[in-house]
Amino acid sequence: MKFAVVTFPGSNCDQDAYHAAKDVLGQQAEYIWHKDTDLKGADVVILPGGFAHGDYLRCGAMARFSPVMKSVQEFAAKGGPVLGICNGFQVLLEAGLLPGAMLRNVSLKFQCEHVNIRVEQTDTPFTGACRVGQVLSIPIAHGEGNYFAEPDVIARLEANRQIVFRYSTADGRVIDEANVNGSLENIAGLCNEQRNVVGLMPHPERACESILGSADGLVMFESVMKAVAHA
Amino acid sequence: MIDRVTLERHGLKPDEYERIVSFLGRQPNLTELGIFSVMWSEHCSYKSSRVHLKTLPTKGPQVLQGPGENAGAVDIGDGLAAVFKIESHNHPSFIEPYQGAATGVGGIIRDIFTMGARPIALLNSLRFGSLDAPGTRRLLEGVVAGIAGYGNSIGIPTVGGEIVFEPSYAGNCLVNVFCLGIAKHSDIIKGVASGVGNAVYYVGAKTGRDGIHGATMASAEFDEKSAEKRPAVQVGDPFMEKLLLEACLEVMQTDALVGIQDMGAAGLTCSTTEMGSRGGAGVEIDVSLVPQRETGMTPYEIMLSESQERMLLVAKRGREAEIERIFEKWDLHAAKIGVVTEDGFLRVKERGAVVAEIPNRALTDEAPLYRRPMQEPEYLREAQVLNLGSLSSSVDPSAGSGSPRAGSRGDNLRTSGMNDALFALLESPTIASKHWVYRQYDHMVRTATINLPGMGAGVVRVRGTDRALALSVDGNGRYCYLDPRRGAMLAVAEAARNIACAGARPIGATNCLNFGNPEKPGIMWQFAEAVAGIGEACRALDVPITGGNVSLYNETDGNAIYPTPVIGVVGVLEHVDRLVARRFRSSGDALVILGENRGELGGSEYLKVTHGLVRGVPPGLDLATERRLQDLLVQLADARLIRSAHDCSDGGFAVTLVESCFDTNGIGAEVELQPASVSTSPQLNVAASLFGESASRVLVSVSSDDVTAVLEKAAASGVKAAMIGQTGGNRIRAAVGGAIAVDVSVDEAERRWSSAIARYFARQVA
Repeated sequence: MKFAVVTFPGSNCDQDAYHAAKDVLGQQAEYIWHKDTDLKGADVVILPGGFAHGDYLRCGAMARFSPVMKSVQEFAAKGGPVLGICNGFQVLLEAGLLPGAMLRNVSLKFQCEHVNIRVEQTDTPFTGACRVGQVLSIPIAHGEGNYFAEPDVIARLEANRQIVFRYSTADGRVIDEANVNGSLENIAGLCNEQRNVVGLMPHPERACESILGSADGLVMFESVMKAVAHA
Repeated sequence: MIDRVTLERHGLKPDEYERIVSFLGRQPNLTELGIFSVMWSEHCSYKSSRVHLKTLPTKGPQVLQGPGENAGAVDIGDGLAAVFKIESHNHPSFIEPYQGAATGVGGIIRDIFTMGARPIALLNSLRFGSLDAPGTRRLLEGVVAGIAGYGNSIGIPTVGGEIVFEPSYAGNCLVNVFCLGIAKHSDIIKGVASGVGNAVYYVGAKTGRDGIHGATMASAEFDEKSAEKRPAVQVGDPFMEKLLLEACLEVMQTDALVGIQDMGAAGLTCSTTEMGSRGGAGVEIDVSLVPQRETGMTPYEIMLSESQERMLLVAKRGREAEIERIFEKWDLHAAKIGVVTEDGFLRVKERGAVVAEIPNRALTDEAPLYRRPMQEPEYLREAQVLNLGSLSSSVDPSAGSGSPRAGSRGDNLRTSGMNDALFALLESPTIASKHWVYRQYDHMVRTATINLPGMGAGVVRVRGTDRALALSVDGNGRYCYLDPRRGAMLAVAEAARNIACAGARPIGATNCLNFGNPEKPGIMWQFAEAVAGIGEACRALDVPITGGNVSLYNETDGNAIYPTPVIGVVGVLEHVDRLVARRFRSSGDALVILGENRGELGGSEYLKVTHGLVRGVPPGLDLATERRLQDLLVQLADARLIRSAHDCSDGGFAVTLVESCFDTNGIGAEVELQPASVSTSPQLNVAASLFGESASRVLVSVSSDDVTAVLEKAAASGVKAAMIGQTGGNRIRAAVGGAIAVDVSVDEAERRWSSAIARYFARQVA
């Protein structure tokens, strides 16, 4: 199967997502330049981390106007699996593919560290191989990952089971102490109502080899490979 | 015409002006004077340091590029090269910490990708005044945020570094930034302009009035008016640099380039002159073709601007369109601003009219060269005197830090004294955990970091190979203040030892030399001694210097910083899975100390923290012993005989032991040491055995099955080694001469160590 990794000007985790798909999992992978509109027949689209367009405005606010995003919207509308990681998640929020917005971390500082997230939903293409309640150790690296949405939006996310990951302790307790950036409801990742578009702040592509400290992110890639194979 | 005030404002001496006139055969105009002033500034010309730097060892079979280019390069096998350099941004960071540090990062990254290498890791070495002194927190927070802001955005991981707090840096913080890149040998490209008629292109950010005379600012002392120099600090744009980085690497793959150079200090002036000079050619540009951010800029301003994120490149004839097309893809505009000429002149025109015309030679090779007078500074002899006898009374725990712990007598009493000293060292900001700092740096982007910050050397794997590169930056200003030659040797040894502790073989070095005003004979003596020490150590340890940077005039109101050479060393780890980290791996492993403790307390962190003294001579260093130790470490790692390794430095053996217990979920250790014999006071002998900073020592943990093999290999290598205890339990216990001297829980030690800096800040707020 084929992964498309979108490169915006300022993306800096595109090579890491490409490496995970191609070198670690042995799948096909293609970079898609943000000015292109051809997704080259990809089965999965990844919007990688970084600082698209420098993020001098709100994170992701410029990237949603890139020509490639129209193709990503169409791909998503047809049910294609789309994963937004970190800045890619922020782009999905700005593009309206996922609801809500990001505020600065409550620490007011950029934070790079391994955190634990609990899998809440397994009926998405990126969590199908997980167990509900499974805890993954995956790094974060962001300054604006403090998820915010209006109460009615949060209520809808809960009702539709769209909260896919929450920050937790290593033993899976979702408590304030585990909330690394102040996100409402400890939200670390979401899906859309159709469940094929997933965004999360942690970086699964940085946790695909044990030499890097954790291989817990692999399960997300394996999930989507299964999902595509069965589609 | 040119009057005395104008000369002074340009930092030029009257005799230097005479030299300019004789080169030109006429009076320079103001633009030309400006060009001379930046090219002849200390920062660009190395006029005080060059005679000394020439003595450094720069050659070796592994060296692909030594000093003189944008960065050095060494062979790491598989046709790949490690391209690296360290550079200072001290003066701008003191004036404006965020932007000063950020543009320091941007500058060193440009130096690396200019060589055709992809930057893959950053390190930094920082110095500030005491953490509790006014202003330190603002500088520390600003510098850290600036490094994070730039490095995180551009996507190059900051994988390690060091931070030291000493009152001597209160008026001049040091911000030294190191960058490593990887290139195929065949892709290394140089900063040359050649081929008469080839087009000279300008690409990147537009030129503004920022940073004019930055190089001159970095070549003068600070005084009470320094805050007025803020306009000489530039503003960084990591997004622009990310575009430049990707676009330049893409252009370099086309083979359409003759040469390329970034515009760093002295901007357009330095890049045009140096490229022409290296290529044995001249460069002619028209400033009216230079993309400008502001209106009405004069040729003087355009030539001297230090706006960031700009590159100068020379295209092969007929290949210009290819290059232009790649830059357009990245929304960058490559503007043709001139041509390569054959006459060896830098010729600047404005709408066709010549506004400056100077032979390159006059700006580079023929720049002033000073053999400045040197004299051993007066403070030295007195500061080297350390009377241990006068200390012994204050080692008495009853005169100690007022610990509430009520010991009975005898051993317990002694334990509380040493425990307190240990805690005081762990809470000293120089030793305390820097997690607060490196959490702000993206240290994992590029998914290559296999040894996290705080775990010893930074280690990044090299994609497509089984190898990794280990990196360390080290310096000890206090040692250098007490003996610049030996202090510099110790810095080289420590940086290389940190590499060897990771299991990697040191192969090359870069240096950043931070000193005071070289016009003072005492400072110049410190400089010369330090350079001699670096040379001696690099020769003995076979780590040639491939480049670096000199930062002089680090003085405020006449007070100089401690002489601070910072050494960056790069090493090769042949197999990523043989990496050795600092922390213990499991309980029940044997502890072996490699090397010998002589209980040396001169210049130690212990003397400073518990006695408030900066005195004595720094520890001795036998380079042959050091070399044997490092070779042994690489051998042991390669044979998978050691499970952890951590060298003894600030705080001596005790701090090494305790730090090895951290980040292990509380694995403790029990050891038995011999007392040092440095004094008539038994207490002081115990302290010296625990906290003395004798060099060339490494604590390794070894599976109990492998102890014999490790001891045999050490003996065969001529390295002293002794089994001194084992890991296990949840306490750290050290007996000296049969009596327990230290007994603390890992939890408490780790809590104090990891929260010390945050608690400093909380106290300041309170």
